[in-house]
Amino acid sequence: MSFFKKLKDKFVKEHDEHEQATDDTTTQEDNEEQTLANETQETESTSSSFDVEEPDGEVHEELSEAEEAAEQEGIALKFRKGLEKTRSSFSGKINDLVAKYRTVDEDFFEDLEEVLISADVGVNTVMDMIDELKMEVKRRNIKDTEMVKEVISEKLVDIYYGDDQSGETEELTLNPDGLSIILVVGVNGVGKTTTIGKMAHKLKQEGKKVTLAAGDTFRAGAIEQLDVWGERVGVNVVKHAAGSDPAAVIYDGIRSAQSKNADVLLCDTAGRLQNKVNLMNELAKVKRVIEREVPGAPHEVLLVLDATTGQNAMSQAKTFSEATNVSGIVLTKLDGTAKGGIVLAIRNEMEIPVKMVGLGEKVSDLEMFDPHAFVYGLFADMVEEYEEEK
Amino acid sequence: MAFEGLSDRLQGTIQKIKGKGKVTEQDVKEMTREVRLALLEADVNFKVVKDFVKRVRERAVGQEVMESLTPGQQVIKVVKEELTDLMGGDESKIAVASKPPTVIMMVGLQGAGKTTTTGKLANHLRKKQNRSPLLVAADVYRPAAVDQLKTVGTELDLPVFEKGTDANPVDIAREGIAQAKEDHQDYVIIDTAGRLHVDHELMDELQQIKQLTTPDEIFLVVDSMTGQDAVNVAESFNEQLDISGVILTKLDGDTRGGAALSIKAVTDKPIKFAGMGEKLDELEPFHPERMASRILGMGDMLTLIEKAQDQVDEKRAKELESKMRSASFTFDDFLEQMDQVKNMGPLDELVGMIPGANKMKGLKNVSLDDKQLVHVEAIIKSMTKHERQDPSLMNASRKKRIAKGSGTSVSEVNRLLKQFEEMKKMMKQMNGMQKGKKGKGMNLPFM
Repeated sequence: MSFFKKLKDKFVKEHDEHEQATDDTTTQEDNEEQTLANETQETESTSSSFDVEEPDGEVHEELSEAEEAAEQEGIALKFRKGLEKTRSSFSGKINDLVAKYRTVDEDFFEDLEEVLISADVGVNTVMDMIDELKMEVKRRNIKDTEMVKEVISEKLVDIYYGDDQSGETEELTLNPDGLSIILVVGVNGVGKTTTIGKMAHKLKQEGKKVTLAAGDTFRAGAIEQLDVWGERVGVNVVKHAAGSDPAAVIYDGIRSAQSKNADVLLCDTAGRLQNKVNLMNELAKVKRVIEREVPGAPHEVLLVLDATTGQNAMSQAKTFSEATNVSGIVLTKLDGTAKGGIVLAIRNEMEIPVKMVGLGEKVSDLEMFDPHAFVYGLFADMVEEYEEEK
Repeated sequence: MAFEGLSDRLQGTIQKIKGKGKVTEQDVKEMTREVRLALLEADVNFKVVKDFVKRVRERAVGQEVMESLTPGQQVIKVVKEELTDLMGGDESKIAVASKPPTVIMMVGLQGAGKTTTTGKLANHLRKKQNRSPLLVAADVYRPAAVDQLKTVGTELDLPVFEKGTDANPVDIAREGIAQAKEDHQDYVIIDTAGRLHVDHELMDELQQIKQLTTPDEIFLVVDSMTGQDAVNVAESFNEQLDISGVILTKLDGDTRGGAALSIKAVTDKPIKFAGMGEKLDELEPFHPERMASRILGMGDMLTLIEKAQDQVDEKRAKELESKMRSASFTFDDFLEQMDQVKNMGPLDELVGMIPGANKMKGLKNVSLDDKQLVHVEAIIKSMTKHERQDPSLMNASRKKRIAKGSGTSVSEVNRLLKQFEEMKKMMKQMNGMQKGKKGKGMNLPFM
């Protein structure tokens, strides 16, 4: 494990630098350029501060307050770190492309198309974008590929934000006075239970009283898995025996949350492939039970999507929305080599906002989705270069 | 359907060249572009697509397509042949060690379905090959992963070796094998923790397990919904572990599964099995030709027929076939069919397997909710014997009576009657298609 070892070695030496790096983070918004200059250094020192605390990659230990504080400060950096792979490969490719072609012609567009497709952006979105790009290039009479780079990033940002130009972080919708219910849905193996564990940790840190309902009564070991998370995070878990009616578990979860005056109830559900009509009906029933018991609930229906998923993610978003009226997406496993391009397609075609992203295996590796940080992360290299040229 | 199949995609181009006497190179270029898009939409990696399309184009520009009277069909044929070729043959064999136990290692990303597949594979070994496997729980990281494998073991009534979550996975694997020797189990399946292919620490752990246990098979378990990233994952696992085969999971979903092609292309390792459902007996040998059809969005007739064969007894099937041929299919047959179909799986899935089904007029409006079957059943059961034999008897008052009897409405009865007619039409078309197949290549109804 040379990479982690290197970081560990560096940690002692760079401790002072880390202090400074964290200060820089706070000023990041006002002074992006300065942050850029410190980029490499920051990323390294942040990762060292976390990895050294948990050398085995274990997540169970309760985090001390000091560690938590350090973590808060490092959030923006962590986001960048998680996206590092995404960014370097994606913008790296666009840079390769620009270096390869001198003039903007058909071949150039064809290769650009491939770069975008390889990021799982989706064929339709890419085609639309290429068409718009071609128009734009014509309109502005751009001949040099260096110039087109800027237009590419502009267009991608456009696609991402769509009509909603605000680009604000989408917060979770919670009931300010009383119980908030969050229903978590998705296909098998995307990370629903893990996401719930991480969310419970996050909400608890914000001072909320959290209850979990073990609605996945189907998969072997799912109830135990949520139970372990409940213990780790220190929250109450409502569960029935395996194989029982999920709607009944959720019902009991609501009753328990109400009697204990909980602020948030997180409802786990069994993973299901979206083409299984019966299972989707079961999910709709779970939602109806929630609606009936608590007016205005569920306050959020979060669809968990695996970032490595290809075009099928769109079908998942569509079908789960039909059954449960999905209000937001949690994109998990973004710390792998998955490109995250699917996010563009989802926003573009579904208008369902991404609310959170999973950036690692640790309990704290769940962040609110920040479109600015995301898009900025994707284009940091390109932007940087552009500014230098200026 | 979210995606157009290759055949739909080629429609436009084919329409254009239909009137022409000769197919030009430009036409072929356009057609291969559609091939490219279809494959990309199916999540085949773009590099793999590029090589593939190049090969297809070479063949197409040659004599084969341009001189053919039906260039559209010819292109599809070339594509499918190349695709099946690339996908390799049926190879669902599992190695047997000369000295038992045979050790199988299951590896893959988080959430690919390793633990479930471990159970399915063990079940397959016992049921189909009469073996006695031992399951080894080496996933000590994910909460309750050990519990999950234990539950699977209990369900299958198979032994599970575990040492809780504090032990080292390498030790667990070694001791598991020792245990199997002692108990005379002839297979050991090691369920490892899901990990990212870029996580060096955990990949090292897998290499250690490999060195220590010298497995006879290392199966990479891959989610069939994986996108472009499948190439990176497969390449990386193969480089570091030299995997011996691939198991695709969640193929019972509606993904086109282009990842299969990508993985095969970059690793050149056989795809051996496919996970087709959540139950522990739903593991099937992988069929390259069917996968090729699926990736192209051309339906999966063979699986449909096989599914039907599982449910229908042969004598009745023959009778039914002749009825289908002569289109003298009645509501009684329909009712009987429905019971069988219900056992075959969700309706929309079945219809999805019929090539060209999504092109069929009217069928699109047929709602494929399984719940509706109950209503349909009630309606048919409220018909008289004569009515069931001869739907043309229907008039307003009969319909009213049936609606009353079944607790439905006249419009629902009407809808069923219409659907029934459409179904008959569909049968005729399927019939024609099968005949065509016997002739040469494909003869899809819309061309």
